[in-house]
Amino acid sequence: MAVVETFVKPLTVNPLKTSAPLGGASAFMGLDGCLPMLHAAQGCTAFALVLLVRHYREAIPFQTTAMSEVTTILGGKDNLEEAILNIAKRAEPKVIGVCSNGLIEARGEDIRGDLKLIQQKHPELANIALVYASTPDYKGGFQEGWAVAVTSVVDTLVEPSLARDAHQVNILAGSHLTPADLEDIRETVEAFGLDPIILPDIAGSLDGHVADNWVLTTQGGTKVEDIRRMGRSVATLALGLQMETAAKLIESRCGVPVEMFPRTTGLLAWDDFIATLARLSGKPVPQAIRRRRSQLLDAILDGHFYFGKKKIAIAAEPDLLLGLTQFLSDMGAQITAAVSTSDSPALKLVPAERVVVGDLRDLEEMAAGADLLISHSHGARIAERLGISFFRAGFPLFDRLGAAHKLSVGYRGARDLIFEIGNLFIADRDHHHHSQGGRDAAVASG
Amino acid sequence: MLQHKLQDLFEEPACAKNRAKDDKARKKGCGGKPLTPGNAAGGCAFDGAKIVLQPITDAAHIVHGPIACEGNSWDSRHALSSGPMLYRTGFTTDLGELDVIYGGEKKLFKAIKELVTKYDPPAVFVYQTCVTAMIGDDIETVCRVASERFGKPIIPVNAPGFVGKKNLGTKLAGEVLLNHVIGTEEPEVTTPTDINLIGEYNVSGDLWTVTPLFKRLGIRLLTSITGDARYHEVTKAHRARVNMMVCSQALINVARKMEERWGIPYFEGSFYGVKDTGTSLRTIAHMLVERGAEPSLIDRTETLIAEEEARVGSELADILPDLKGKKVLLYTGGVKSWSMISALHYAGMVVIGSSTRKATKEDKARAAELMGEEGETIDNLPQRDMYAKLKNREADIMLSGGRTQFVALKAKTPWLDSNQERHSAYAGYDGTITLLKEIHKELTNPVWDLVRKPAPWEV
Repeated sequence: MAVVETFVKPLTVNPLKTSAPLGGASAFMGLDGCLPMLHAAQGCTAFALVLLVRHYREAIPFQTTAMSEVTTILGGKDNLEEAILNIAKRAEPKVIGVCSNGLIEARGEDIRGDLKLIQQKHPELANIALVYASTPDYKGGFQEGWAVAVTSVVDTLVEPSLARDAHQVNILAGSHLTPADLEDIRETVEAFGLDPIILPDIAGSLDGHVADNWVLTTQGGTKVEDIRRMGRSVATLALGLQMETAAKLIESRCGVPVEMFPRTTGLLAWDDFIATLARLSGKPVPQAIRRRRSQLLDAILDGHFYFGKKKIAIAAEPDLLLGLTQFLSDMGAQITAAVSTSDSPALKLVPAERVVVGDLRDLEEMAAGADLLISHSHGARIAERLGISFFRAGFPLFDRLGAAHKLSVGYRGARDLIFEIGNLFIADRDHHHHSQGGRDAAVASG
Repeated sequence: MLQHKLQDLFEEPACAKNRAKDDKARKKGCGGKPLTPGNAAGGCAFDGAKIVLQPITDAAHIVHGPIACEGNSWDSRHALSSGPMLYRTGFTTDLGELDVIYGGEKKLFKAIKELVTKYDPPAVFVYQTCVTAMIGDDIETVCRVASERFGKPIIPVNAPGFVGKKNLGTKLAGEVLLNHVIGTEEPEVTTPTDINLIGEYNVSGDLWTVTPLFKRLGIRLLTSITGDARYHEVTKAHRARVNMMVCSQALINVARKMEERWGIPYFEGSFYGVKDTGTSLRTIAHMLVERGAEPSLIDRTETLIAEEEARVGSELADILPDLKGKKVLLYTGGVKSWSMISALHYAGMVVIGSSTRKATKEDKARAAELMGEEGETIDNLPQRDMYAKLKNREADIMLSGGRTQFVALKAKTPWLDSNQERHSAYAGYDGTITLLKEIHKELTNPVWDLVRKPAPWEV
């Protein structure tokens, strides 16, 4: 149990946090035929878009209501209406996901009401789902924005239902999961003969594939008609504590029971997940999954030598932080510095003495003496300054290939993490030996 | 205050776009057509202001606003530094809900205090954003008080995103330099060959491909505005003999007002391509001689140009035959809509189209003239059309910014980054060699045959 420190500082240095509207719009990227839009000045969209493009190395179809100083004073409804009509005509989306920002929310605009009026006024919008996520950028960060957007999708689209489809399960995916994670999760769930509806499914849209045509919306992701029937599922598996609100909303509306999975990285966390699938499906655990568990056990045995008592300094959003720190702690490492973006129930569960809600300067100050630094790409320069190894995790990852295909869930994800991080420790040790041992060591080994 | 400033900018007499307008149109302001909600792209005024000022490498840049403005964008540009790294540190007040309710001025003051105490920079630039502008935070007053208290320049940059596009922000940042920085200190010595480059941000080291040429000619770069600049250099920029405006008209207000206030003549030039680099060097030499530099500078410049051109020719001899006749789609805009064309023509490449977004009428005319019948100027090419064009193999390679990169790649078409996110310097003679070698490397990479081959079961 960690003590969570949330001092409000006047000066943030080297931000760890990205904005809530960016998180919200990213969640909307996991819907099929969707055009995420920020109800804000155009620069907000440009920054968000560029960062996502750099992370995923994909085109990102974001739009903006292009608010100006004048329209801010007069109110944003006209811009919102014009933007939606333009998008409907040009891009033929199935969903438009609207994220607000600080400018709009501080004015106290009734966007939900505006959207209702706009839809009533224009019959041509009848077949387009309009979803609104309230994401002022002065509240929370990427993870909170993502969670709000998913809750809004559920609230707007999931239809009340008492009927049950015995094979259908809901998977609510938090912002800490990658397309590769969701691909693995889908395969695992299907291996039990279950039919998953994953929301939002960025594996469908952002897994980096080459399509045969160009569309102006997302291509792939959760289908609107599938979201509507989520109320018929036998259970909602909520991955990440951030998904609890959305899961409970489905439960209260349709009576679908919630299974919470605060973590999906590491042996015990995945055992829970697999056991739940076995129970829900009434089927035995498939041989291939048992084999992978066995591979993970072997990796733990081979790898633990390099993790024992290693000091880790890590900065990440709450759910990612919890997953990675518990995994590392299970391997024998010690979390000596933990920094996160905003307060969350996940932080208390982090296996460290304290978790600081702060920035990358906090991490840099706390990381003295650590063996490994973990954060998103902006941490690379800190690791360089401190002269310690660096492992990239979270968003954004703009200075390496393959951000979408980093796997951390499942037996396979944990196995690969042990190899990747373990290899950093081994490289460190070898480097250390060379510089310490000098000539004698070289002679001895030669 | 801001409105007043905006009006002043809209009336900028040297701006080519302004000159072409009637009185009524001029009043409406610059930045082109108003943005279309639901069909707009591009950065805001804050973004533009930061592009201009942030390359001052030893200054601190603090963004007063919620996390989005700095958290989503910090340290993302490749304006390089040869020394100080403070400009790459992201500083923001990261406003929370309570700050928005009660106002953020006190928080900003405390943030500046902490910054000055811990980092002791020569100057601090404080950026206004939309939310803080709307709640009425008076950053000008906070900066004035802080300057007095801490005894160093704390400079307000009043260019919140919602006042306009990136282009307007660059001009507002130019005003900041004119009103708070340039002319506030005197250089210890001046020479008859002192020049400034205006609008050169040292993206990927562009500046460093040009400075050795100046050095060989004995020309002293007083400062670049603002690539790899130090604060206390920019303050002394008003003692240059000649200003060269490198990035089109983005900082035209700075060039013109420096002429008005300090009598520094300026010209607009480019360092992209062999021909334009030569022209720019010649122009600098002639203008400096007119203002009292050794007349021999002109001959020395000719000698250098001849040597360099010969060197470029021999270094590229091996690859030029492969490049000859290859078709290029150029999707950049602004000054690059024409300046890159001549660099490509040097290699015998055919430019089939050049985007003239963010370009002046003159830029557009130049681009059209250079391409002749071979290509067309493009105001706007929707991504779907761009994809179709590339998929039909109308171009062998596209040069553009990161945002349209994936249109080319998904159409299985060679692509090269020509915007600010790129990692190579393309300016000057060395830059031209780099650019053409990069294009060659991309065009001759075997992956294009690989990815275009259908899977065996699809034949």
